[in-house]
Amino acid sequence: MTTLVQNVVDGLGRGSTYALLALGISLIFGVMHLVNFAHAELITVGAYLAYGLSTLGLGWWYLVPAIIASAVLASMAVEITAFRWVRNSSPFTLLLTSFAIERLSHALWQVLVSPKKQTFAGPGWAFDTWELGGIRVEVMDVITIVVTIVVLAITALVFTRTLFGLAVRASAEDFDAARLMGVRANRVISGAFGFAGLLAGIAAALIVMRSPTAEPTLGSDWLIKAVVAAIIGGLGSFSGAVVGGLSLGLAEVFFRSYLPDGTAQRLTDAVVFMLIAALFIVRPAGLFTVKTAERV
Amino acid sequence: MLRVNEVTTRYGAITALHGVSLHVEQGELVALVGPNGAGKTTLLNTVAGLLHPTTGSVELDGRAVTGRDPAALVHAGLALVPERRRIFRDLTVEENLRLAGITASKSARRDRLVEMRELFAVLASKWHTSAGYLSGGEAQQLAVARALMSDPRMLLMDEPTLGLAPSLIDVIFQLLVDLRDQGRTILVVEQNARRALELADRGYVLRTGHIVSEGPGPELAAQADLFATFIGVGE
Repeated sequence: MTTLVQNVVDGLGRGSTYALLALGISLIFGVMHLVNFAHAELITVGAYLAYGLSTLGLGWWYLVPAIIASAVLASMAVEITAFRWVRNSSPFTLLLTSFAIERLSHALWQVLVSPKKQTFAGPGWAFDTWELGGIRVEVMDVITIVVTIVVLAITALVFTRTLFGLAVRASAEDFDAARLMGVRANRVISGAFGFAGLLAGIAAALIVMRSPTAEPTLGSDWLIKAVVAAIIGGLGSFSGAVVGGLSLGLAEVFFRSYLPDGTAQRLTDAVVFMLIAALFIVRPAGLFTVKTAERV
Repeated sequence: MLRVNEVTTRYGAITALHGVSLHVEQGELVALVGPNGAGKTTLLNTVAGLLHPTTGSVELDGRAVTGRDPAALVHAGLALVPERRRIFRDLTVEENLRLAGITASKSARRDRLVEMRELFAVLASKWHTSAGYLSGGEAQQLAVARALMSDPRMLLMDEPTLGLAPSLIDVIFQLLVDLRDQGRTILVVEQNARRALELADRGYVLRTGHIVSEGPGPELAAQADLFATFIGVGE
């Protein structure tokens, strides 16, 4: 029972980070039909900025907002400098553009900083644990889960209460019809990238607090999981992305915990991906069906 | 108010409109009729900025708006009720309307929401229902209400009665007349050619991308039998 609860907490902690990233990927897919393989590079940007600032002696009260702000700005900058120019191209061109940005980002960090991993000091309390009725939970897990819940609640409010949120949802369903309502394409896409950047920035802050390192390929591992989570939920479905992220996190932790020690444990990813392959045989469109949207 | 000058629009190799010209004056209700594939929807979409003409120009209030972004045209006072409605099915009725008021100020948007509730009783009763659950008639009324949220001076309507039951068709035609009587300028594409022309101040007949006839609505309606085969629609 204790292990079960602990695994659920671990899984939700991991899954909520996936959910934040997957939601951003789904958001951008919704408004642009782009599967943004450069999305997780925003984590790398935040991590290097945090590393740079920490060498200047700044504390985490400064690092966290800086990480989040840098992800928002980087996300919007990439849209303006790269994706805007290929917006009306085929999805394949969009996909290749995002790959190019991912590669470029890796190369830039290697050249500008170092190909090697840079480690810095995390917040001292990150690995403290709390005992709650015989169950040990890591402070960082609790923070991750609580932050994600708050962020998702705010996101839900933004999507239902604000004109920006309505514009994003409407554009995801039928972009031309949204433009006929007076929604400006540039603004809603730019806003979607900004919001996706905000979610990625919050995920980045949580990731970097837990593991204060920066390396050029930091984003790549997260990227695959986040894309898979978004696809499990049904690309373009916002609630689907959240469910996809949480289930992926839980599945990973449970397999790691219940597969026999040794080699089998290292096969966690393989087992998880096999399960996902099985899911797509049953439900090719993912868990949540999305009505086909039109591109700009 | 609206002037379309010698507009040619192409889809790749296919030319859908061949130098089409028409005009709609302030306060007029103008009907555009013609067989399927004549280019009626292409014309409305070109005027609304969804398609760019290869040659020719579109003027709104005497100013050239050719190739302007659809959103910019909404700001300029034009609204299109698109073919097959294209309401946002994932959004509630209220959300559809609120979004459509994006060009208005916050207080104007609130006032118009109240207005739409009063004007469209069927929508008021389904205010917080997802638009995907509306019937055809309700969805069409939502599509019209949505266009009205921007308080357009020039309203374009593409087949507003498509797929509706006869009693609902009456409702929509009455709505057209009411809107015109309120001083709105309307260009409507209709499959019920005779009926639309009878109500309209003026009409145009479009066939294979050319305007083949124009004149006062009732007059064209009277001739409708003459060119029924030609227009390709009965009624």
